[in-house]
Amino acid sequence: MSSREPAHPSPQRIGVVAESASGETRVAATPATVRQLLDLGYDVVVEPEAGEASGFSDQSYVDAGARIGEAWTADVVLKVNAPAGSEITRLRQGAALVGLLAPAGRPELLQALADAGITALALDAVPRISRAQSMDVLSSMANIAGYRAVIEAAHVFGRFFTGQVTAAGKVPPAKVLVAGAGVAGLAAIGAASSLGAVVRATDPRPEVADQVKSLGGEYLPVDVAQETSTDGYARATSAEYDRAAAELYHAQAQDVDIVITTALIPGRPAPRLLTARDVAVMKPGSVIVDMAAAQGGNVEGTVPERAVVTDNGVTIIGYTDLASRLPAQASQLFGTNLVNLLKLLTPGKDGRLVIDFDDVVQRAVTVVRDGTVTWPPPPVPVSAAPAAQTTTTEPDPKPSGQQPGLTPTRRFALIGLGMLATFLLVAFAPAQLAGNFTVFALAVVIGYYVIGKVHHALHTPLMSVTNAISGIVVIGALLQIGHESRIVTALSFVAILLTSVNIFGGFAVTRRMLSMFSKG
Amino acid sequence: MTSLTASHAADLVAALLFILSLAGLSQHRTSRSGVVYGIAGMALALVATVVMAAQSITAGAVALIVLAMALGAAIGLWRARRVEMTQMPELIAVLHSFVGLAAVLVGWNSYLEVEAHGTAQTRIGADLLGIHHAEVFIGIFIGAVTFTGSIVAFLKLSARIKSRPLMLPGKNALNIGALVAFVALTVWFTVSPDLPLMIAVTALALALGWHLVASIGGGDMPVVVSMLNSYSGWAAAAAGFLLDNNLLIVTGALVGSSGAYLSYIMCKAMNRSFLSVIAGGFGIEAPSGGKEEQGEHREVRAAEAAEMLARARSVIITPGYGMAVAQAQHPVAELTRQLRQRGVDVRFGVHPVAGRLPGHMNVLLAEAKVPYDIVLEMDEINDDFADTSVVLVIGANDTVNPAATEDPSSPIAGMPVLRVWEAEHVIVFKRSMASGYAGVQNPLFFRENSSMLFGDAKQSVEEILRALTGDGRHQESAATRQATTAGR
Repeated sequence: MSSREPAHPSPQRIGVVAESASGETRVAATPATVRQLLDLGYDVVVEPEAGEASGFSDQSYVDAGARIGEAWTADVVLKVNAPAGSEITRLRQGAALVGLLAPAGRPELLQALADAGITALALDAVPRISRAQSMDVLSSMANIAGYRAVIEAAHVFGRFFTGQVTAAGKVPPAKVLVAGAGVAGLAAIGAASSLGAVVRATDPRPEVADQVKSLGGEYLPVDVAQETSTDGYARATSAEYDRAAAELYHAQAQDVDIVITTALIPGRPAPRLLTARDVAVMKPGSVIVDMAAAQGGNVEGTVPERAVVTDNGVTIIGYTDLASRLPAQASQLFGTNLVNLLKLLTPGKDGRLVIDFDDVVQRAVTVVRDGTVTWPPPPVPVSAAPAAQTTTTEPDPKPSGQQPGLTPTRRFALIGLGMLATFLLVAFAPAQLAGNFTVFALAVVIGYYVIGKVHHALHTPLMSVTNAISGIVVIGALLQIGHESRIVTALSFVAILLTSVNIFGGFAVTRRMLSMFSKG
Repeated sequence: MTSLTASHAADLVAALLFILSLAGLSQHRTSRSGVVYGIAGMALALVATVVMAAQSITAGAVALIVLAMALGAAIGLWRARRVEMTQMPELIAVLHSFVGLAAVLVGWNSYLEVEAHGTAQTRIGADLLGIHHAEVFIGIFIGAVTFTGSIVAFLKLSARIKSRPLMLPGKNALNIGALVAFVALTVWFTVSPDLPLMIAVTALALALGWHLVASIGGGDMPVVVSMLNSYSGWAAAAAGFLLDNNLLIVTGALVGSSGAYLSYIMCKAMNRSFLSVIAGGFGIEAPSGGKEEQGEHREVRAAEAAEMLARARSVIITPGYGMAVAQAQHPVAELTRQLRQRGVDVRFGVHPVAGRLPGHMNVLLAEAKVPYDIVLEMDEINDDFADTSVVLVIGANDTVNPAATEDPSSPIAGMPVLRVWEAEHVIVFKRSMASGYAGVQNPLFFRENSSMLFGDAKQSVEEILRALTGDGRHQESAATRQATTAGR
């Protein structure tokens, strides 16, 4: 194990502080993650009662190896939400602060931190690349919030989610519409469909359709062309798309019982998906959960942090603390994300935080460094070739360098040229050759389609069988032998011999191979 | 029904049986009946052709046919029974070469029957003569390229010659030049069919086939072998055009397009275009030497690896060509059985280009009696690595290289790989720290969750087996997880 920087023998202290924001129940470290922090070589101090709201007692932290005491003066302070102004002054100069800082929306906070000589790491600025998935707090919180949104809706909704046929009559399943199939939307789709509801989902990115299906939902496409996302986030939609989507939402509003909206565009107010007109046509007793309430809401009439009931009996839930309503779970995932970030920042495992600006992840999360604002970072595209593969707000954008395919026009041009060449070739060929060509072309096409579905494990047997079959060239030699001079007969003899090896050997070895494949 | 219509009918039925055969081979369930269809089709075609031929030749010639077939059958069956599964690529390559050579011989015979007689010949109508000239040339050309290409592939696969790519100056120009020369010779031959031209085109095609495969390295062999498979089909189809025989055309086209499709799958698995494989991509652009020092690797012993495996919930084994070289498939299968008996979920993740032949790993594992339903393809298993306790990388390197997804400057960037590094622990079986076929350093070895188990893969797995069965009694001792975390 490498031992870097022997010049600093004493490990740094990590402080886990209590959250001051009202309604915040999460804490930045759980006893389980404290143990991992200790493994990285740090000392850990936890503020008294920091974990109380998440159900973690001070004693449980002590059992994990932490001390209880003054955490604000630590070298590295772990926090969930951004600090209040008074809290910034409690930080030691030169300390590092890690938490959800929303750097894009709060330049004054960054300036305040810079003035205090703090190094600030924003967990919500983790780039969406594969390597950084394990630190992506937004994804893990969105996952929890999506689940909780369904639970909140189910709590208010006066009926079952699942359809039942009972002695007391038939109960139809609830219909749930999830707008936006990002992490939160997909979590909501999964939760709602496992409760038994009929789930539909919309999203401007058609590539998420498979993910929606995989969780038991039905994808409702909006029939307007859209670009593929390049940075893993959804983007603003075109006017044409918005019109088509509005019609879709209006039609769905009349049909569904629950609507969960998750549409967010980074750095902009939330898009308006449901208007008051749409809400007005919903059935009494229906529930809307607007997960974008904090950014202005996707639904007209949402009141942030409250649940309101409209005149026609539709409840609109605008809670902005959905993740905090599952405190133990949220703290656990948040804490684990934090540990993963600190692993990256502690290359020597010696309890010393090192920030490497050449690493895109570290560069992106560092929003203030030693008193200088370093936000925004240079852009990091998640996908090398946007046209090629699915890139979504799911936290697993698959980076791909596949060559982009041909454009439709070029493909048509190529196919056209090929067809023209074939036409000319056959049209000018003598009848016999034309017949041969017909047979040949059709056989090529058949071969392509027959082989297309071959199971990967059978590639070798397939090759040996095609090998045996291509021994059919023996027919040529059979037709030639004995007809002409000695030479022809001799050459034919050799050809028959060789191809017979091929035919018999090929089939025999294929049978031998296939007899070995057995199911467990 | 005349004998001619009967023979045409037999041809059609045989062609249909071949299609059924290929279709049957697409699934495990139907694969054995697929072979039966193939054999039936071949038998029908042979009988029909021999009966047709026997009407116009002497009894001596028929005896020759029977003798040649009996000899060929004896050799073929003998080889098929004896061949080691690790040597399947060599066998397939050598069989391809036979088809190629036979196509060349058929082409020459056709020349001797028609063109050699000059204007005195009566077999081919005057209007078709030009086309016949061209067909002779095309048939010989494809056949000869297949022949020498397969021979070189065979020599490389059986390590009789070095598998390094041959680097002649201007190799692409040589290949293109040979094609241009072929076209020119064909045109010349249609104008004046001469013996020297026949010799020239045969020599040219033989040289081209040799050079084409000689300049492709060992790791690209899956593509080369399936490409040669395709060529052997096209060679048969060309012979069919030459002899105006529909069965040959259909069968050749079936084999040709199936081989082409396989090559395409292999190329896609390496994220490379077919042309770049032919032109011999990788080795040329020397990988940046500056990144060699990537950190320290951790070593692990067989006993520790056994302990890790005994405690694992789920294990994925990703085999590569190294497993075939070390003949480690039997101990690996035994290890799989042992672990499965203990309730560990063991599966295999096979990269499409692992080994030297499409599907090579599957055949090896099947030979060692690993049930095929736990052998999964890359796309089927890639998302499961994150939930896996231990991954054993046995003789694979480039197919598990994280640089392919994470380092855009890497020569293998964009190639789909098995994401083994997402698992809790990765144990890499390797002889030394040398880099893989692509000459690319593998950052996987320096990951925190990976450890190296140096030595011969077969011996290493056997040692693990011994450790596993030897002290199986106290394997569940209270030692904490931390204590065994890869390399202290």
